[in-house]
Amino acid sequence: MADLTVKFKIRRQNPEIPGKDKPYWQEFTLTGVEPTDRVLEMLHRIKWEQDGTLSLRRSCAHGVCGSDAMRINGVNALACKVLIQDVGNEIMVEPILGLPVIKDLIVDMEPFFDHYRSVMPYYVNNDPVPEDGRERLQTQADKDKFDDTTKCILCACCTTSCPSYWANGKYVGPAAIVQAHRFIFDTRDQAAKERLNILAEENGVWRCRTIYNCTPACPREIQVTKAIGEVKLAIQRGKTDGIVKVVHAHQH
Amino acid sequence: MHMHQHEVIIVGAGGAGLMAALYASEGGADVAVVSKLYPTRSHTGAAQGGIGAALGNIDEDQPIYHAYDTIKGGDYLTDQNAAKVLAEEAIDSVIELERYGLPFDRTPEMRISQRRFGGHTRNFGEELVHRACHAADRTGHMILQTLYQQCIKKKVNFFDEFQVVDLIVNDGKTAGVVAVDLATGEFHIFHGKAVLFATGGWGRCWSVTSNAHSLTGDGAAIALRRGVPMEDMEFFQFHPTGIYRMGILITEGVRGEGGVLLNDKGERFMEKYAPSVKDLASRDVVSRAIYDEVANGRGINGKTYVHLDIRPATVNHYFEQEGSDKRIDDNYVESKLPDILDFCRTYLGVDPVKEPMPVQPTAHYAMGGIPTNVNAEVVIDENNTVMPGLYAAGETACVSAHGANRLGTNSLVDLVVFGRRGGMKMAEYVKGVDWTPLPDDAGKEVEAEFKRIRNGKGSSKPYELRDAMQKTMNDNVGVYRTDDTMKKAVDELKQLRESYYNDITIDDQGYKFNTDLMEAWELGCMLQLAEVTAQSALLRTESRGAHSRDDFPDRDDDNWMVHTLAYQTGAEKESDYRVTADKPVDLSLWEDEKAQGLPDDKQKFKPKPRVY
Ligand SMILES: Cc1cc2nc3c(=O)[nH]c(=O)nc-3n(C[C@H](O)[C@H](O)[C@H](O)COP(=O)(O)OP(=O)(O)OC[C@H]3O[C@@H](n4cnc5c(N)ncnc54)[C@H](O)[C@@H]3O)c2cc1C
Ligand code: FES
Repeated sequence: MADLTVKFKIRRQNPEIPGKDKPYWQEFTLTGVEPTDRVLEMLHRIKWEQDGTLSLRRSCAHGVCGSDAMRINGVNALACKVLIQDVGNEIMVEPILGLPVIKDLIVDMEPFFDHYRSVMPYYVNNDPVPEDGRERLQTQADKDKFDDTTKCILCACCTTSCPSYWANGKYVGPAAIVQAHRFIFDTRDQAAKERLNILAEENGVWRCRTIYNCTPACPREIQVTKAIGEVKLAIQRGKTDGIVKVVHAHQH
Repeated sequence: MHMHQHEVIIVGAGGAGLMAALYASEGGADVAVVSKLYPTRSHTGAAQGGIGAALGNIDEDQPIYHAYDTIKGGDYLTDQNAAKVLAEEAIDSVIELERYGLPFDRTPEMRISQRRFGGHTRNFGEELVHRACHAADRTGHMILQTLYQQCIKKKVNFFDEFQVVDLIVNDGKTAGVVAVDLATGEFHIFHGKAVLFATGGWGRCWSVTSNAHSLTGDGAAIALRRGVPMEDMEFFQFHPTGIYRMGILITEGVRGEGGVLLNDKGERFMEKYAPSVKDLASRDVVSRAIYDEVANGRGINGKTYVHLDIRPATVNHYFEQEGSDKRIDDNYVESKLPDILDFCRTYLGVDPVKEPMPVQPTAHYAMGGIPTNVNAEVVIDENNTVMPGLYAAGETACVSAHGANRLGTNSLVDLVVFGRRGGMKMAEYVKGVDWTPLPDDAGKEVEAEFKRIRNGKGSSKPYELRDAMQKTMNDNVGVYRTDDTMKKAVDELKQLRESYYNDITIDDQGYKFNTDLMEAWELGCMLQLAEVTAQSALLRTESRGAHSRDDFPDRDDDNWMVHTLAYQTGAEKESDYRVTADKPVDLSLWEDEKAQGLPDDKQKFKPKPRVY
């Protein structure tokens, strides 16, 4: 059992305490750390053992709920999916960029969810239901076309790593496009045209400059830039078929 | 205090809450969903393996087989009417999820794909059946996303990051809830005609758990404080395959796809414990088997875990041995279980395609909780007396479709089936009743309690008390229990409660996102539920389903075919809890068989010893 000493430098801010209402850095030292400990567990230890005022969001603790996106050593990640051995003994933790900070690592997620809601992120199919009372049919190959983008957990790691989004918060951002992609390429859905129209507008896909920060930032390993590219193509071609080539993303 | 008024108040936005919201809105009610997490953060999103429904897309299946498996899995404590509703309505509910757009995997015939899961069989135990409908190994994620998307489409009102901290009752009738707006720390009163709790489980009472940090049993504890008894709290499921020490769940779907459990000697030990269905016996059986292997020194390297092996070579070896011509390869595993592989690679540095996974039982699912009937109406005594306006659904509720042990895939079914029923029932109910007036002191009591926690000048930090609670629950009220261990747990929990009420202190004195304060309040909920669990477990002097006692190793149908109900007596600060054991189990399917004159050996639903 390795027994490491790890230094944390955390970007803090508390609107209720004069003098602490502007961002500042605070250092904490933890001993008895295992290389396989998660950063989230260490932030918990700081909060519980040293300073209960440290504030962050978290829930599932294993990378599926999307609560704890933050910048760890300058890179967006979920704190519960980063191990100490991946980031070393000196760890810098900051809130994600581009959304207003409320307190410490907690940012205002409302602008992010507003963009999400703006792309019609829901299934539309107005056909009468099948007469046998059963499911609509779909081939596995058709389902695979949008499988990757169904993995999104709305953590905001991609959107808040995007320089175009930092520059202009009106841009819907990668996450909203990923969510739209999930429906645009679903063969059962009937509102692709409306979504493509929304995304063809000023604050839609064309604000993406293919900078590619989003793809490595995604904790779900979604091919975000590829998905955005496919939506761009669909807008240019005015149709959705023949665009998505299914590659098996899970080759390790 | 800020005031809101909505006919229907739904507390919690996991699968159960969202399904209820869709149906209550569709029924014409004015609905508000109040959730301490953003809806998509709810733990329904963590469910992996699948949702059970007798669609028969791969092999022949019928709802009655599903009901039978549910009842047998529940060790005959399952209310048979509830199991019947669950199994029958599962089919429509899954079809409905598909119509909402849920991206299920597909069969070659383009229908919803299904996989095998523990305890699910055809023709009353004859052989394993493909019943779990799945979207890779993120079925719960897709259910949660899909339901939330439909709520957006239907413009349901959401109060995100509002934490409900009390239920308002006036003269025995439900009048609303009190909530804290986490962003400001301010109290809000939601005046409603109907309130539905869908706040999920309380796995965080134990130290090794598959449950999220947020699963602290708030809704159940609040109901308990307001006079609702807790049903069957002694039954908490330990899932056999949590990642060693971390508790993160490895879905039963791994075994459904052919994965096997191996001990230190490389033996497939489930052949001994469940000769017919082996690794896919019900969860309580498999968890005990792992525990026994470890206790007998056959844990891996003498430690407290065993191996779960999904390497194609291993799986194919056993397929061949069993005479099956099915074979799998690396790509198959990658495509069916991508998230599981990711968890193991991330947290363990283990690649399950090349190495076996270290697993141990993990605290997973509350079979007990807020008692309800099949319409999600809360009942408050052994005669099933309904409390007007109060509803519960999902893991926090106890219908009881799961009896003493829930089958895999049946929780997701429970959410959609009983969430939907609750939503419909509330829409109908609110049309026919007047508003119950708010009492003058609404919210005052809980506000004072928050002030007490905030101003505490003691020496105990909430996390210390929480760690101690989790440890005693793991050690003493775990897979196996005895009179001694449970009494020890009760004593320790009483001491912890003493400290909680008289000696607590927190650091954060602010109002905005005071997570220090909220965590402390949540601890109060867990301490109560932990004690109720231990007290209920002490009373039940038999072993059944997830409740296994060394000192009473056998099931005792003569005395224990009853549900327990635990009531708070007096204030939660000093409550001793009164546990009764006289709520009868519904045996209607068996009664039907007897009425039809079926001979004894043809009665499928008659309680009998479980063999897998
Ligand atoms: C890892 C894992 C895998 C699983 N896999 C499966 C599976 O394959 N198949 C299956 O059938 N079951 C599975 N289960 C079980 C199943 O997922 C859960 O039982 C189920 O999702 C619970 O749903 P729910 O709607 O009751 O609650 P949750 O989804 O837990 O939601 C609870 C909601 O309540 C809210 N809440 C809580 N307290 C408050 C409060 N005080 N105020 C306001 N809001 C509050 C939360 O914000 C949240 O929205 C799994 C469970 C786990 C942990
Ligand atoms: S806590 Fe859920 S993603 Fe990290």
